Formats: sequence, structure tokens, C-alpha cells
Amino acid sequence: MQTKVRQKRWESPLAGYLFLSPWLLGFILLTLGPICMSLYYSFTDYSLLSAPNWVGLDNYSKIFTTDDTFPHTLKITILFVLLTVPLRLAFALLIAMMLNRPIRGIAYYRTMVYFPSLIGTSIAVSILWKNIFGRNGFVNDVLGFFGISGKSWIADPKYALGTLILMMVWQFGSSMIIFLAGLKQIPRDLYEAASVDGASKWRQFVRITLPMLSPIILFNAVQSLINSFQMFTQAFVVTNGGPVHSTYVYVMYLYQTAFTKFQMGYASALAWILLFLIGAFTAVLFATSRYWVFYETQGGKRG
Amino acid sequence: MTATMKRLGLHGSMLAVSLIMMYPVFWWLGASLKTNAEMSSASLFPKKLNWSNFSEGWNAVPNYAFTHFYMNTFELVLGVLFTSIVSCSLVAFAFGRLDFPLRNVWFAIMLVTLMLPTQVTIVPQYVMFNELNWLNTYLPFYVPHILAGGVGGPFFIYLIVQFIRSIPKELDESAKIDGCSWFGIYWRIMLPLIKPALVTVGIYCFLWNWDDFFGQMLYLNTVDKYTMNLALKLFIDSQGSVPWGQLLAMSLLSVVPSVLVFFFAQKHFVEGIASGAVKG
Repeated sequence: MQTKVRQKRWESPLAGYLFLSPWLLGFILLTLGPICMSLYYSFTDYSLLSAPNWVGLDNYSKIFTTDDTFPHTLKITILFVLLTVPLRLAFALLIAMMLNRPIRGIAYYRTMVYFPSLIGTSIAVSILWKNIFGRNGFVNDVLGFFGISGKSWIADPKYALGTLILMMVWQFGSSMIIFLAGLKQIPRDLYEAASVDGASKWRQFVRITLPMLSPIILFNAVQSLINSFQMFTQAFVVTNGGPVHSTYVYVMYLYQTAFTKFQMGYASALAWILLFLIGAFTAVLFATSRYWVFYETQGGKRG
Repeated sequence: MTATMKRLGLHGSMLAVSLIMMYPVFWWLGASLKTNAEMSSASLFPKKLNWSNFSEGWNAVPNYAFTHFYMNTFELVLGVLFTSIVSCSLVAFAFGRLDFPLRNVWFAIMLVTLMLPTQVTIVPQYVMFNELNWLNTYLPFYVPHILAGGVGGPFFIYLIVQFIRSIPKELDESAKIDGCSWFGIYWRIMLPLIKPALVTVGIYCFLWNWDDFFGQMLYLNTVDKYTMNLALKLFIDSQGSVPWGQLLAMSLLSVVPSVLVFFFAQKHFVEGIASGAVKG
């Protein structure tokens, strides 16, 4: 077998690279190249009008020492991520469990629950949200019905970020569908055996559902984490970063630095810090996963 | 008896959840037919349906009707859709069936790019497209998709590769023995077989690119080239006091294509999301 492989080598090297070429070209020109350029720009002062001017670590040291906006926007973004991700996953899992029952009409419920996520990041939903949470919006009408006089949620620095979190949580659909697919793969007989042994529903959930679902929880957590770090459209349209910068999330700061102030070098440095941040958070998540993620193939041992 | 009760309870709670989720959408439908004065009333639908929101909103942006923005968006999204399907299926065929040096390395790299935040590449890409004089054209959208990248590219390749791997190899082996070329195998055997995966890719590609506000805002800067998303943003920015009825009516129309796609292809849709996470 060994020698045979060595004689034949690859079956279709030329055809392989021909078929691969669109992606390979795209990867080199639109991903790898730009990554290197971005790293280079981050060490320069570059305004798009004149050639980049090497400034060494200036951008980074400015970001970490004199830039007041950076720690502020970082704090908001991390707060946003830490609140959004667990809430979104909790709702997604809860609703997925509800939808994972053999009753009639389940497809209709699933469609309705998924619907808000379908129109997801489109600007139309942000416009809707801006209206609903405005001073004369729908939320205050409902509160008024109960005798509570509401505020202008979007214009209040204390609540503006909360409305954005609520919006992201409302759109838990894709995580939910992934959970639903995962729940369907848990063998029924595990639950049957557990209930024969007299385990309560809660105990079944903690001892069977959660461990069996843990790889999918990890997957969803990573996905939501990466997405929430990059939240932009919602903050841009609903609150435009305000009031008093209370929803000025990281990517919005990056966007304005690059494309309103045209400080391309500084923005690139911000982008690399973002990449590092997302990487660090994901790494922490993966590091903790050995304590709570179970892989069936390893005989139920922790992965 | 208790079983019936339990089932009723289930239906009740599920209905409640569905209604909570859908309530903002119902409100949206109602509000698009309200006058500005009625906007702050709590009732879902106005007494008199104010259809003029749609006709007036349609022409609210000076010099351009929303027909223009609709056509622009379709021009952009359909171009991206077609190029994505062609390029991603070609690349997926290479990863799924062909045997060439460094295949697994490239595949691993492609999976890593799935996770890469766009912000890291956006500045140099913008600089590049600017130097190529591609700003304010649709080329910054078409070209990345021709090269199997752009919004969702690596995810689409991954999706199709997974699908190709589930197809029995005997089919193309026999064609190979009959002297069929690699392109022939791709064209005559693989493409017809992976149609379901291509439908899924098409749906996502359509939805994601339709929604891609960030990219559109970055690269398009004259009203003539504007898409629905940008026209809505222009609408909300240009008016002193926002005519909410018209704005919500137009927003509603902007999501109609996505909703239609969703309802006509629901089955593929759900399978698509789930297969990315669970299978394989």
C-alpha cells in the first residue's frame, strides 16, 4: 500500500488546483494579502491620500495610553457580549426544548419563533426597533396600559444598550435551530432509562440533556461570541452610538476611525486588537470547555 | 384526560411564546398603515387603513422611486448569488473529490477564515478597491464572490463539501472508468446531485447579501447606486421629523423578498443551519 501510494502520488494535482483556483486566488488576494497589509498599516500613519508613514508602535501605545474612547468602547462592547451571549443561548435552548415535542403544528410555531431572526441584521429591523423603543413608541404604550410611564429608552444612556441587547436576544433563531437539531440526536432510551430509575425532569435535563448537548452549546457560544463582538448595524441605526456614547460599540469606533476620519493606520491597529480580543475570549471558552463539554465518542469522558 | 390537558398546556405556552416573538412584527404591519398621529396609540391596527404610506413612501426619496433601489439590490444580489454558486461548487468539488497536494492544509485554512472577523481585512480591501477605482460600482461585491469569498463564501464551500462527501464515490468512479474528464464529472454528475446543497447556499447567499448593510454603505456612495438598505438609511437621515408610517412601510417592503425566499424554501433552510453544526 505504502509503495503504491508513493508511485501514484496524487491522482489529480492539476485538476485539483484548477478547481481550487477561485478560492486560492481569493484567499491570497482578498484575505492573506489584506491581513498582512492590515498588520503593516497598523504600524503606520495612513490617511489614504498620501503613502503610509511608518510610526512603529505609536498607534498601539496611543490606543492603550492616551485614547479615552478606547477603554470606554471596549467596556461597552465586553458588557454587551457578556450579557447578550448567555441570554441568547438560554432563550434559544429553552425554546428549542419546548419545540422538541411531538405535537401537531410544531412547524408553525417554529416558523413564528424563527421569523425575527430571518429579517436579522437588515436595517429594516433596526428602524422598527428605533420606533418601538422611542418615547412615543409601542413599548411605552404597553407600559402606560399598566400605569407605568415609560422613558425614551433609546435616548436614555442607562437603557440604550439594554434595548440593543434585547434586540439581539430576540433574534436567537439560528442558535435555536442548531439546538433543536442537537436535541433530536439525543437517543430517546437515555431518557426512558432515567425515568425508569425515577429521575425527575430537572435531573434528566441536568444529567442527560446538558451533557449530551454540550458540544453544540460550545459551538453556539463561539458563534454568538464572534457575532456580538462585531455588532454594528444595530448600534449604527438604532442609537448611532449614542446617547453620550453609551452604545458606541467597538466596531462602530473602528468604522468611524477608518471611514469618517480616514485614519487607516489607527483603525488597522484597532482591528488587530479586536482580533486578539475575539481570539482571547474564544480561547478562554475552549479552555473551560474541557470541564463541561462531553464528547460521546470518548466514552462519555470530558473532552 | 390529563394527557389532553398537558397537550393543551403545551400548545398554550407555545402559542404565547410565538405571539411574544411575533408581536413586534404584527405591530410593524399595523404601524405601516398608521398616520404619524396614530403612531403613539397602543392599538395594533389603525381604524382607517392609511395605504398612502406605501404610495408616498415609495417616492419619498427625491428623484428616485423605490423601484430603482429594488432593481439595484436585485442586480447586486443576483450577481453575487450566481457567481457564488458557480465558484463555491467548483472549489467544493476540489475539496470533496479531487486528490492534490496540500488539500487538507488548504481546507483547514479555509475553515480558519470562517472565524476571521471581517474588520481585519476591511481596511486594506477598501484601499485596494479604491485604487482600482471600483468604489461606487458593484465590483467590490461581485469579485470576492467570483473568488469564492465575500459574505458567507467559506461557509458555502464547507456546506457543499459536506454534501459531496455524503454522495457515494462509485458514481464518479464509474464515470472515470468510462473516460469522463474531471470537468465532465463535475458538470454531468456532481452538479445534478448536489442541487439541494446549492439551493441552501443560494438561500443564504440571497438573505445575507440582501442584509449586508455594512458592505453596501462602505462601497456605494451615490444615490444612483443605492440599495434598499441604503435608501432606507437615507430616508431616515434626510427628514427632519421622521414620517414613521412611510418609513416603516418601506422597511416592510424591503424584507418581503427575504420572507418569500424563506417561505418557499423552508425545508432547505432549516437543514442548512443545522448541518453546519451537527453533521460531520
